[in-house]
Amino acid sequence: MKRFIGFIKKEFYHIFRDKRSLFILFGMPIAQILLFGFAITNEINNVDIAVLDHSKDATTKEIINKISASKYFSIDQFIEKESDIKSVFKKGKVKAVLNFEKDFSKNLIKENHSNIQVITDATDPNTANTISNYVNAILQNYLREQNKNSTSAYQITPQSRMVFNPELKSVYMFVPGVMTIILMLVSAMMTSISITREKELGTMEILLVSPLKPLQVIIGKVFPYIFLSIINAVVIIILSLFIFKMPVQGSLFLLGLESVLFIITSLALGILISTISATQQTAMMISLMGLMLPVILLSGFIFPVTSMPLPLQIISNIIPAKWFIIIIKAIMLKGVGLQYIWKETLILLGMTVFFIGLSVKKYKIRLE
Amino acid sequence: MSISLKNISKSYNKVNAVQNITFNVKQGELFGLIGPDGAGKTTLFRILTTLLIPSEGTASVAGFNVVNDYKSIRNNVGYMPGKFSLYQDLTVEENLDFFATIFGTTIEENYDLIKDIYIQIEPFKNRRAGKLSGGMKQKLALCCALIHKPKVLFLDEPTTGVDPVSRKEFWEMLKRLQQKGITILVSTPYMDEAELCDRIALIQDGKILEIDTPKAIVKHYPKPIYNVRANDMYQLLKSLNDYSHNHSVYPFGEFVHYTDSRSDFKPKELEQYLESKNLLDIIINKTAPTIEDTFMELAK
Amino acid sequence: MSNNKVIEVEGLTKMFGDFIAVNAITFNVEKGEIFGFLGANGAGKTTAMKMLIGISNPTSGAANVAGFDVFTNAEDIKKNIGYMSQKFALYDDLTVKENITFFGGIYGLSRKKIKEKSTILIEELGLQNVSNQLVGSLPLGWKQKIAFSVALLHNPKIVFLDEPTGGVDPITRRQFWEMIYKAANQGTTIFVTTHYMDEAEYCDRVSIMVNGKIEALNTPKKLKEQFKAKSMNDVFLKLARG
Repeated sequence: MKRFIGFIKKEFYHIFRDKRSLFILFGMPIAQILLFGFAITNEINNVDIAVLDHSKDATTKEIINKISASKYFSIDQFIEKESDIKSVFKKGKVKAVLNFEKDFSKNLIKENHSNIQVITDATDPNTANTISNYVNAILQNYLREQNKNSTSAYQITPQSRMVFNPELKSVYMFVPGVMTIILMLVSAMMTSISITREKELGTMEILLVSPLKPLQVIIGKVFPYIFLSIINAVVIIILSLFIFKMPVQGSLFLLGLESVLFIITSLALGILISTISATQQTAMMISLMGLMLPVILLSGFIFPVTSMPLPLQIISNIIPAKWFIIIIKAIMLKGVGLQYIWKETLILLGMTVFFIGLSVKKYKIRLE
Repeated sequence: MSISLKNISKSYNKVNAVQNITFNVKQGELFGLIGPDGAGKTTLFRILTTLLIPSEGTASVAGFNVVNDYKSIRNNVGYMPGKFSLYQDLTVEENLDFFATIFGTTIEENYDLIKDIYIQIEPFKNRRAGKLSGGMKQKLALCCALIHKPKVLFLDEPTTGVDPVSRKEFWEMLKRLQQKGITILVSTPYMDEAELCDRIALIQDGKILEIDTPKAIVKHYPKPIYNVRANDMYQLLKSLNDYSHNHSVYPFGEFVHYTDSRSDFKPKELEQYLESKNLLDIIINKTAPTIEDTFMELAK
Repeated sequence: MSNNKVIEVEGLTKMFGDFIAVNAITFNVEKGEIFGFLGANGAGKTTAMKMLIGISNPTSGAANVAGFDVFTNAEDIKKNIGYMSQKFALYDDLTVKENITFFGGIYGLSRKKIKEKSTILIEELGLQNVSNQLVGSLPLGWKQKIAFSVALLHNPKIVFLDEPTGGVDPITRRQFWEMIYKAANQGTTIFVTTHYMDEAEYCDRVSIMVNGKIEALNTPKKLKEQFKAKSMNDVFLKLARG
């Protein structure tokens, strides 16, 4: 045990003295999250909107006043017919159109229910999404005030419609993707580099000709990165909570367990890479080309798996990241428990056992 | 026997790195493997340190078989590979501490053994190994290889690229370690270091040319050797190479080492020949052969 | 100064921060001379050599190499010298011929000239059978001999050799020195560093650097007399040990 601790101590010295690995370890997650956080900002201010009011009654007027009084929106123009919507958007200034149905007030009183359509320009999907949410919030506020003074519960159903990019995916999808990439990068690439570095420097020869067991060397190499990856996962979740204001719906504990599982999968891959590469450069290239690219392209992070050609869909099944992304999306966004994701978890677990077995088998106790 | 090799061969991709090597090293002996780069020295070291499995033959170190008992060997030997293999980003002390720990010992426990060497680098113990000079790195590497009090020490080209001063100091350290009962197998491309060993094996192209004490090896030299000198080295070499009776012509420091193919060689004759080539200040003296002469004669 | 001096160095100094790597060295090398540049590891040899071949700027002092100033005409120096080191000499993943063509090309030799020279070179070194083999597959000694010939391809005035024979077998080492003698005899100046003290004896003159300064400079014979030593090895040990 003392040997093992000595070994791990040495690994931490390496990590904290190498600026490059420190940057990858801590700079990258923060930079990536900030990058995404900045790109997907949900702050809007004084967005120009147009109003198509088919009712022109007291309620619609009130709502319009409320919206224009907020600092988020300013009413650019009123339009008269449906056909104007498109042309208004084409000019580009107006980002959203509020379409009140006919007899808005009447319906609300009579049936306790009326409809408003929020049409947004989804060429900028993030803004479009945010606008919808804000309009929605203002409407709900208004309803709360109204319902306070009345016995019946009014309901207004806003129907969001996006034009130009109807297939809009939630921005929250990026957080699981970024987390996957970073865990993969830190775990697989950093371990494979740190093992091949010993080969390159010739220190691996000395380690082999020592009473350290191969398993001790592997675990000693991997342990610091398990630790650091967990820290990274925590940092990412905290940052996304604050910058994306992204709630984690499901169990944090389950999320943690699944993350640890994926970290171990990646580490096993890293060890495997190090057994087949002789230099740090090769290890880096294999990690980038062999792991990062598939993760970005085939895992469903950016391109939905369902819209890929069939052969790619089949290939995507052997990418651990795909399963991990499904799992964490389910936990973070849908808030589901293990009963819904046990299949994916089992697949990931199987892959992990396979990779660990393979890398231990491939790890050489000699030089050839 | 501390180290024993019997008919060891090793080939990579059909290329024979070493062929049919047999020798024994006694307990407490300082044994040298002398040969140029590519002679197969490193391959032999790797077989003996259990890093490679021989294609043929058997070998044992400290009584353990290199293939079957590799774990016992790894507990009992110290190894300094040819490449500088310390952690450049760890300090002197951290390196030493690390190697002590993985061998399950502490610096204090075996301090006696490394004391002589370590005190020379102790003033720099907080310096990173990557920032040490060549001679100091080599001393640190030796300390690291010794820290667990190995029975057998393997040093693969420890003095290559190191200046003569550091080399001399290094050999003095080896002599002191030998007195403490450690068996040492050392390789070097510098022939002048051969005579500092108890016994040596001359090795080239994966084969052993000869094994004996340095004195005996020199005695086996078959011909009388002459130091030849003149005013112009280039012309002298050219003339000697053109001389029809020459057996070998090798520049050696300020002289040329010359051997003649005839048994009744008369230096006077050679002098006259050289004079005829317009060379001046000619000196021809008999001299004692060196290990290097023997090596070249055997490798010819 | 006479025209025969191809390297003139005066008070050449290189500092890295507070550390004086090369401390005001002064020496001259004549045309066709074999000049041995010795010193312990870390004495400043490599730094000094880098300044002379124009890849490192001196902090102060003056140096003129092959007729050009190291401060202002570094590029001209590079055209007029050859350089070979132990660490890098030839590309292992190119064949012998490809290496020759490549290095001939970067020194601006014409295609015809390269072809002519490579035929002569391959013949002189007896490489006909291996000229299309990768350099990486050849023994070290051969590589070094080819590298030296390649460094001479463009008829440089001076060839700088940084530990050219490290690890080479004794016979090839001597063949290498015979090549050096030949080149020097044809008027090429040789500037060489080595750790083999017997090779120091082959040089016309030898300088020994200790802690950034040149502490001795003379013919091997005179140095031995001066230090009352039997061999250059003893001279070196006496000087470097202080």
